[in-house]
Amino acid sequence: MNFDDTPQEAAFRETARKWIDANAPKEFEEELSKSSLGRIRLAKHDMVEVGKAWQKKKAEGNWACLHWPKEYGGRGATPIEKVIWQQEEGVYGKLTQPFQIGEGMCGPTVMAFGSEEAKRRYLPKLASGEEIWCQLFSEPSAGSDVAGLRTRAEKKGDNWVVNGQKIWTSGAHYSDYGLLIARTDPNVPKHKGLTMFFLDMKSPGVEVRPIRQANGMQEFNEVYFTDVVIPDSQRLGAVGEGWSVSLTTLMNERMSIGARLATGVPEMFEFCSNLMLEEGLAIDDPAVRSKLASWAAKSNGLKFTSYRTISALSKGERPGPENSIGKLVSGMMLQDIATYAMDLQGAAGVLTGNDEETVQGQFQQMLLSSPSMRIAGGTDEILRNIIAERVLGLPGDIRVDKDVPYNKIPTKGR
Amino acid sequence: MNFDFSDDQKQLRDQARKFLAEKCSPKAVRAVLDGKAPYDKELWKGLAEMGFLGVAIPEEFGGAGAGHLELCVIAEEMGRANAPVPFSSTVYLAAEALLIAGNDAQKKKWLPAIASGEAIGTLALFEGKGNPAPKNVKLTAANGVLNGIKKPVADGAIADFAVVAARTGSSGRDSDVSLFLVDLKAGGVEVKSLTNLDPTRGQAEIAFKDAKAEPLGAAGEGWSILTQVLDRAAVLCAFEQVGGSDRALEMGRDYALDRIAFGRQIGSFQAVKHMLADMYVSATLARSNSYYGAWALSTNAAELPEAAAAARISATQAFQHCAKNNIQVHGGMGFTWEFDCHMYYRRANAMALGLGSLSYWEDQLIDRMRKKNAA
Repeated sequence: MNFDDTPQEAAFRETARKWIDANAPKEFEEELSKSSLGRIRLAKHDMVEVGKAWQKKKAEGNWACLHWPKEYGGRGATPIEKVIWQQEEGVYGKLTQPFQIGEGMCGPTVMAFGSEEAKRRYLPKLASGEEIWCQLFSEPSAGSDVAGLRTRAEKKGDNWVVNGQKIWTSGAHYSDYGLLIARTDPNVPKHKGLTMFFLDMKSPGVEVRPIRQANGMQEFNEVYFTDVVIPDSQRLGAVGEGWSVSLTTLMNERMSIGARLATGVPEMFEFCSNLMLEEGLAIDDPAVRSKLASWAAKSNGLKFTSYRTISALSKGERPGPENSIGKLVSGMMLQDIATYAMDLQGAAGVLTGNDEETVQGQFQQMLLSSPSMRIAGGTDEILRNIIAERVLGLPGDIRVDKDVPYNKIPTKGR
Repeated sequence: MNFDFSDDQKQLRDQARKFLAEKCSPKAVRAVLDGKAPYDKELWKGLAEMGFLGVAIPEEFGGAGAGHLELCVIAEEMGRANAPVPFSSTVYLAAEALLIAGNDAQKKKWLPAIASGEAIGTLALFEGKGNPAPKNVKLTAANGVLNGIKKPVADGAIADFAVVAARTGSSGRDSDVSLFLVDLKAGGVEVKSLTNLDPTRGQAEIAFKDAKAEPLGAAGEGWSILTQVLDRAAVLCAFEQVGGSDRALEMGRDYALDRIAFGRQIGSFQAVKHMLADMYVSATLARSNSYYGAWALSTNAAELPEAAAAARISATQAFQHCAKNNIQVHGGMGFTWEFDCHMYYRRANAMALGLGSLSYWEDQLIDRMRKKNAA
């Protein structure tokens, strides 16, 4: 048992480190290190523009999407090399946020199901950040039950005509292309009538509207489709096979191994180390210590769980299922930590401005944003189902709509 | 990075699992639970023959001379099997104290006897309620004899010798505490069995009345040695707790697959599935923290105090969580004496207190994190 690199890994790390040291946009280092909990703000610059510049530079040095084959814009790197790269990229990795959906979900789907021509046309530009991709799966009536989606695609000659609405589309407003799943046959059971496409987000009839979220911010969008024309050449997989194509996409979504999820623990530790309560420092209070220690142990547990996964990759093995717990644990922990930090602030905890008592409202912001961590990318409940079914081997849910034609499934509860 | 056990260590784990599946069935555990014997002597003998008791004891002292990583994988299997033997008292506490602080003669006297299964050892630290703390050590040592009462002492009624924490000063500092070795079969020692949560591991009260004792380690060094012993034991116990957590989770999972209610497997209800998924989460966090503890223990790293506390907390919480919800998944059957669920519930809750309570270790973790942050 050790934490050392193999000689090859060490050499790779050294190469990556040197390149990053020579090329990273160091003027943003401080601002990036201060941005936590997934929210990146640059005071005087547009995050997408800065991100694109960094991504382009990485692509020129063959460091973008490095685990992809060279002919599609990657470096042909091994999974462990990708992890090492992420570790070395450090805070600059936060700049890759606009490209993560493309790299993690859309790209792999195009790679698996696209024509050779499409792969050569789209993947290198996706990798280099020149073109940004978004994912158009969720709908107002199809969240966890995404196979229940309603957006229709109808065949007209060599084209498909799309009508409907998607929701929770991160980055739709700055994306060039989108990966779209739509219903092509409403007369068969829901999983069987779906087809996957990709489309130009500038196509006539595509309308992107920002959603104002519960935390007051606007990070997601609704996307409306009115008679949008998609050529059949932009179909991924066979007609009616969209569900199995989407599983490739979603499987890739959960493979984000090197990425550390925010837990709120370092922020909370620092806060408690400095907060004066009536009896003294918060961190000297037995009740505070007890909670803090439990959270710290959980957060360490997540870190070392990811080390176990990395070790499997390093040996060229397939990682076990243990990494599936990350988002489930960290999402709940963020929310609990925010609630408790505010409790320690007493009456002033209600304030969300630049108040000294509330450390500029960072935990208030965490509180308001944390519900999304427990929903986006698989709700806590879906994640528990996945663990129960795929890891523990428990039976799947009884699906009452499994064999019912889609257009006969009830659409209202009462 | 190779944050995993080696193939040889995994093989040893499989070997231990196979051995315990055969020699330590739930029926064997029940014999001790029902009071037919204070511990499973046959199993203890078998563990010695397999070389498990001395796996981390150097060859020159009669052990296998492997290491602590090997001991960790065996500990996990001991926890999984709920083994009714004085393994933790003898191997994690007494042997580790001797390895850290014993002189050559002491090591020669006791370590080979531990490895061969002839001697059972324990640590006599607690004196009634309270957590490990120098101020809670009241038993006195003077002129080579001990006077005072220790309780609870794990496996005290079957132990041949004890490492005893005694007060040798009154400065109010940690250096007031020194450690002693006492032959419990000699005079001046009165042992009384106490009933406890987990009868598969006995607890005792030991009264020392002018009991002859020899110093273990330097005078005044007792607390610092003890801290190291407790940290090592915390990691090793964490592996037992991880093994127990996994077993309780498996029992719950298996029952959820077998049991039919409302015309379907109860494991198809989300209320049950999610309970089991949460048990998996706890057990996974505990395992990963314990691996870090194992690394720190085996390399004697400066990170051991923090790693041990985190492993202890995580594994204690996981075992309590899994053992408790295993009963819940079983419903009424889980609350019968006949089903094995309560054996893990008892063990989980007894282990949660053995080296000091959860809140004690939470306190330790924060202190140690602060120390690290300050450095």
